[in-house]
Amino acid sequence: MTVSEGVTIIKTGEQGAFGGELLTVNFGPHHPSTHGVLRLIVDLDGEQVRRVKPVIGYLHTGIEKQMEALRWQQGVVVTDRHDYLSPPINNLAYALAVERLMGVDVPPRAQALRVIMSELTRLSSHLVWLGTSGLELGAMSMLMYCFRERDTILDMNEEISGFRMHTSYIRPGGVMADATPRFLEMLEEFIRAMPGHIDEYEDLLTMNPIWRSRTIGIGRLSPEDAKVLGASGPMIRGSGIAWDLRKAMPYSGYENYDFEVATSDDCDCYGRYLVRIKEMREAVKILRQALDRLPDGPVNVDDRKMLPPPREELETSMEAVIHHFKLFTEGYSVPPGDVYVAVESGRGENGCYVVSDGTHKPRRVKFRSASFVNLQALERMALNHMVADMVAIIGSADTVLGDVDR
Amino acid sequence: MGLEELAESLGQNVLTTTLGKLVGWGRGNSVWPAQFGLACCAIEMIATATPRLDIGRFGSEAMRASPRQSDLMIVSGRVSQKMAPVLRTVYDQMPEPKWVISMGACASTGGVFNNYALLQGVDKIVPVDVYIPGCPPRPEDLLNALMILQERIKAQGIMPRQ
Repeated sequence: MTVSEGVTIIKTGEQGAFGGELLTVNFGPHHPSTHGVLRLIVDLDGEQVRRVKPVIGYLHTGIEKQMEALRWQQGVVVTDRHDYLSPPINNLAYALAVERLMGVDVPPRAQALRVIMSELTRLSSHLVWLGTSGLELGAMSMLMYCFRERDTILDMNEEISGFRMHTSYIRPGGVMADATPRFLEMLEEFIRAMPGHIDEYEDLLTMNPIWRSRTIGIGRLSPEDAKVLGASGPMIRGSGIAWDLRKAMPYSGYENYDFEVATSDDCDCYGRYLVRIKEMREAVKILRQALDRLPDGPVNVDDRKMLPPPREELETSMEAVIHHFKLFTEGYSVPPGDVYVAVESGRGENGCYVVSDGTHKPRRVKFRSASFVNLQALERMALNHMVADMVAIIGSADTVLGDVDR
Repeated sequence: MGLEELAESLGQNVLTTTLGKLVGWGRGNSVWPAQFGLACCAIEMIATATPRLDIGRFGSEAMRASPRQSDLMIVSGRVSQKMAPVLRTVYDQMPEPKWVISMGACASTGGVFNNYALLQGVDKIVPVDVYIPGCPPRPEDLLNALMILQERIKAQGIMPRQ
């Protein structure tokens, strides 16, 4: 039966538990609570969900293919845009992969700045999650509070890189530029204020009866299912498994920071909420340590074949001019080989697989995106719940459709 | 000024205008956008609704989930080939008069993605009134585009598109 164009309700012919027939309902791709353009085909028995089939590809951008046409240093710009809530973490995965192929180690100050940017990004990504999830379940003010702090983080992004969202700050060989004194001041102020703000969010939600009744017991994902389905990030930690790449396979000096892996044994939407809140607190802790122990020194590798020479050298050295010219006309080439590097983004394991054939462009770049893999746990979480709970469940999975479709 | 004083000062005066101007004034100050987020720009679109910028100052805080209740479609992000028919359906469902803001480089021209997957500019499928450059544009840019659109709506008469 066609209700109107774009909305179809089909009777599947199967009998449901309540005597009625199963109905197939289309959910998305234009739906206010699917976090973008996710489309779900849902079989309903009365109001209960019996089957969920995600249909993806509505935001397919061809990012992986696009990267094959870009030089190694140009690729950074495109990595920003696949998981658009955590650009610096995507940069980091790509930069680490390229650096491992080239056998380059970045200086300690660059590593610390990378950790700072990663944690700020994790915070801003969780803030968007908290704000929009709250909004979808009726806590409208959450959006206002969360975006207030997110804007402060974006101001810091702007201070350090010149751009609010897609910073392209972390690049193969180091970072774009050193932190400005103003950035460090802003960071100091932010670290001091943020724990209070997280308390504020918790005051509004943690014991809120509406929030609790909408999330507790909803969207159960058992630890076994979470493992089998390849879930990562807050999805698997919300099911009680302490799997965090920052601890399991440390990168960028994460082994030197003292923080806990947030887990919850609730295995439901509420558990995943608690995990994200805890992660935000831990992120502030990491920021504190990183800022206090920020080492001095250069922020880029000293390799003229990989990174352009400083501006002042161009006026005195012919060699520097040649390097500059070579870098900006053909770029650098990376030794042949392939490498897989994974980092922990706000959503889970954000991996980057790079194949080089020794030329100045990648042969293949593949992203293992956490949202895509977490999305397949959606059906397991939604089965036998009311259709209205789908909103809470999709929200708690925190999928970014740009990351799913790429 | 109290109400009585106001009535006194107005006296027997009348306010004259054309119906077109009155309608344009009303329409221009109550542009309701469709809640239609696509990609990165959608996050900056949400940011305009938050306290720092508060799109409510321009009468556009009512983001409608249904295209049937909205006047403005903000194409916030890249439009893939697969999404294009959906976008057109949403546009067709909006009642006249309706306007389109193409937010960001991807929606306007395809941006950095000149490839098989993306529509190279949303103006290939819907008429666009205002383009915003940037990847993504700042929220202030969106507000600026909204103000440009408001000026245009106010200048248009009672029948904007004929």
